[in-house]
Amino acid sequence: MAMSVQQRAVPVVVKPIRWGRLAAAAIAIVLLLGAALLVAQSQNVQWGQVPAYLFDRSILSGIVLTLELTAAAMAVGIVLGALLAAMALSGSLVLSGIAAGFIWAFRGVPLIVQIFFWFNIALFVPDLHFSGVDISINDIVTPPVAGLLALGLHEAANMAEVIRSGLLSVDTGQHEASRALGLTRGNAMRSIILPQAIRVIIPPTGNQAIGMLKASAIVSVIGMEELLTQAQHIYARNFLVIELLIVASIWYLALTSIATVGQHYLERYFSRGFGRRRNAPARRVEQQSEAEA
Amino acid sequence: MSTGSDTPMVLAEGVTKRFGQTEVLKGIDLSVPRGKVFCLIGASGSGKSTFLRCINHLESIDGGRLLVDGSYVGYEERGGKLYELGEAAAAARRADIGMVFQRFNLFPHLTALQNVVKAPVLLGRLTKREAEDTGMFLLERVGLADKADNYPSELSGGQQQRVAIARALAMEPKLMLFDEPTSALDPELVGEVLSVMRDLAEDGRTMVVVTHEMQFARDVADIVGFMAGGQIVEVGPPSEVMLAPQQARTAAFLARAMPPPPGAPP
Repeated sequence: MAMSVQQRAVPVVVKPIRWGRLAAAAIAIVLLLGAALLVAQSQNVQWGQVPAYLFDRSILSGIVLTLELTAAAMAVGIVLGALLAAMALSGSLVLSGIAAGFIWAFRGVPLIVQIFFWFNIALFVPDLHFSGVDISINDIVTPPVAGLLALGLHEAANMAEVIRSGLLSVDTGQHEASRALGLTRGNAMRSIILPQAIRVIIPPTGNQAIGMLKASAIVSVIGMEELLTQAQHIYARNFLVIELLIVASIWYLALTSIATVGQHYLERYFSRGFGRRRNAPARRVEQQSEAEA
Repeated sequence: MSTGSDTPMVLAEGVTKRFGQTEVLKGIDLSVPRGKVFCLIGASGSGKSTFLRCINHLESIDGGRLLVDGSYVGYEERGGKLYELGEAAAAARRADIGMVFQRFNLFPHLTALQNVVKAPVLLGRLTKREAEDTGMFLLERVGLADKADNYPSELSGGQQQRVAIARALAMEPKLMLFDEPTSALDPELVGEVLSVMRDLAEDGRTMVVVTHEMQFARDVADIVGFMAGGQIVEVGPPSEVMLAPQQARTAAFLARAMPPPPGAPP
């Protein structure tokens, strides 16, 4: 009978108390609280100034430039990166060699060096002659152009590798099936290969975009008036250095948070059809789909 | 282009193919009449799949002639030499030849119906509406109308291969190529794919099937070819090649590959 089963003394499972883990957590909390108190009680930081400058007009115009620069540099990076990836996979020794050389140079030289290089390009090539027309390089390569070139070309070198790995991740059987159906190379690339490669390309691209949002702050060294430069301008006048750096940081965090959410939705869209493991045993998958029906 | 009905659907004359130094096809001669089922059997590495892939020019050939319905798929003959066609021209001719792969190769980002509909729409053969009607008809035919909106990852291997057959049929091919279509399947799923192929054969489709399913070859094929070492060693109706092979190599292969008839001593 059920009664007799319950009456038998059944041992209760007791979880051991993990003292070490508890202690570590307690120490971490104390340290964090201490740090927060230190910052909050600091007489040298005027906290009230942070919200006052958060929506300052020049800060907002700096954000606009940061976003424009990020978007433009990512666009250059993705388009040129796709071209470089296509060259690298073309099977032509010359084209893939050129792509490899480009990636080697623009990925290997620090971004800040590349920015100074483009900013000072006129020292190297003062002007161009086109059928009697003289163009001064200083007129073309203004600080915004120098910043965009440096960020865009550096990004292209990184995106080329991201896109190349995405294209390589698509099974060769997909190329063969497309060819066997009589699809042209362009059709196969657009409708079959890229939609699958994009699933692999998006996560690192989101990572690159977030990196670019932050890396764009480097152009402050050539006086482009983006978010960080605007914050610097303000604290150069009123000496509220930490306050304005906090303002800039809040905005950078807000922008990267929004980018992270956007990436999440993009990833979800492009992962359709890949929800279950592709190599799941056939019978189990069958049972699952029957259970859903 | 297509000539009279006596033109063989597949005609091979002295086809050779090398991978680097290795000669994998050593002069293949073959004629498959339209409306017939040709099964190519033989050990792994004998060149069966390579020859099949040469028929629709997924692989190039190094010598000889290989014609489908009287014309080259990937070449143009000028002054006694074969010139390889550009990818676009070859693709257009390949569209009339359906192919089913060992690993199915369904497009994983598309549903079963979208897999079937994609190529005829992209190539402008059918409107999206027409293609969907045809697609549903074909899925019904392979017994998967209820899986039209499922992604390949939600289907069993046998179901995926049946969708792949429907996808190939959607292009209304004059020739169907099967590259070991059941070799990647769990044993209990082989039957459903073979029965779809049997139906196609009964409809009078011209089929070239590379297979290890000896019983299927014996029952369904009009012609069987046994391949070894890059050559077709023996060819003829299954009653001759499979039941009374003339070549020692064929007999040895069949003894290993074919289960003994029921009641025979082990």
